[in-house]
Amino acid sequence: MADPIVSQPLRAEEVPSMWSGMMAIMKRDLKIAFRQRSDMVNPLFFFVMVIALFPLGIGPEPSTLQKIGPGVIWIAALLSTLLSVDSLFRQDFDDGSLELALLSPQPLFVLAFGKVIAHWLVTAIPLIMVAPILSVMLYMDRDTVWVTLYSLLLGTPVLSMISAIGAALTVGLRKGGVLVAVIALPLYIPVLIFGTGAVEAAAMTLPYAGQLAYLAAFLVLALTFAPFAIGAALRISVTSQ
Amino acid sequence: MFEYLKRLYHKLGSPKYFYDISGRMLPWLVALSVLLLIPGLIYGLGFAPPEKYQGNSYRVIYIHVPAASIAMSGYMLMAVAGVVVLVWRMKMAEMVAKSVAPIGASFAFICLVTGSIWGKPTWGTWWVWDARLTSMLILLFLYLGVMALNAAIENAQSAARATAVLSIVGAVNLPIIKYSVEWWNTLHQPASIKMTSSAIDPEMLFTLLACIAGFYCLFAVMVILSTRCEVLLREQRSNWVKKLVGAC
Repeated sequence: MADPIVSQPLRAEEVPSMWSGMMAIMKRDLKIAFRQRSDMVNPLFFFVMVIALFPLGIGPEPSTLQKIGPGVIWIAALLSTLLSVDSLFRQDFDDGSLELALLSPQPLFVLAFGKVIAHWLVTAIPLIMVAPILSVMLYMDRDTVWVTLYSLLLGTPVLSMISAIGAALTVGLRKGGVLVAVIALPLYIPVLIFGTGAVEAAAMTLPYAGQLAYLAAFLVLALTFAPFAIGAALRISVTSQ
Repeated sequence: MFEYLKRLYHKLGSPKYFYDISGRMLPWLVALSVLLLIPGLIYGLGFAPPEKYQGNSYRVIYIHVPAASIAMSGYMLMAVAGVVVLVWRMKMAEMVAKSVAPIGASFAFICLVTGSIWGKPTWGTWWVWDARLTSMLILLFLYLGVMALNAAIENAQSAARATAVLSIVGAVNLPIIKYSVEWWNTLHQPASIKMTSSAIDPEMLFTLLACIAGFYCLFAVMVILSTRCEVLLREQRSNWVKKLVGAC
């Protein structure tokens, strides 16, 4: 009887495919998120509260709120992404599962991609779901609410990808939190410009398809290239310990 | 020719070779930048003919345009050095990338400040949220992010590799700055000088070209000086540095 702990190297056909590796890590992250719901709910609370602060701070006039509404929703979404992303790799880094991911037969960028998608599903989807309610509270009309929804659906995955690069670069550092903001915020700006641009255009009943197309282009670009940057950054962070 | 360039590239990867050859190039570069900048700036700021519509306030372009160009080329240099760091793990590229960041950031800052000094009399405002101004501001923020990341990581080599990833990612902003005035119809005018034609008077053009070339030489001098310090710091345990420092 062979010792079951000393495993033989896998033959090529036994190595799980890239797809199954990505799905496995996604399912694991989703399961962890559903077991400790505070990680999931806190960014949402933060989003709602930041938006609720604006009418209190600026004044409740409908015309003012209508004007600043798109920007407020987008900036709140951006900040809540930034806050939640610090936990993206931190736990895995501390307990060593990130090193195992590095050693696994799947390329690292595939696993990182799975993690970011799970993170987006858990933190951004609830936020997108409450955004219409908040936009109605900021006196947007029905078409504008829809465009807000579209722009967030296209824009938040880009934000998640960008902030994942920042999180991966700083995961090994103790003082990572503020640094992620300094790194990621400049890269957010194009997304913010086109996201609010689409909603503002819709509020003035102007064509908004162009801005949404730009957001979609950013999304394709981020989905294609960001995983490689995240993978490279994780490798640097983990191996430099 | 290609073989020669390849050999030169590999030789430049050695800190000692870089230190020697940059020390020999430095006086020439200093002389060149003094020869170009002092007459260029004196003539441009004092004697070149005033512009038809803007009068004398246009003279700030003799500083503004070179600074803007260098801020962008500096980021490009940093990103290219980042690629070299990640692909060939070359120590010299790490040091160059680290030295370029603060210098490029200061040129980006000079560009923004001179632009707003020019904007006050011409546009009537210190600042507009125009595409080119905003993307230049983003460039400054990107430089600051790269510098912050570099300062936060203690191990010099992993700091260099992490900042290499960040500067390559940030390089997507460069084409946005370059083409912002053509893609969006903004307040900032499009480029007046192209490879084939120029929209400005030859007298002003040659002064401006002298200033651009002079500032580039100055930038090279600054980068080389800063990189040489970095070389001495990193190689302080090697024999040639000990001998060099002992001789002084």
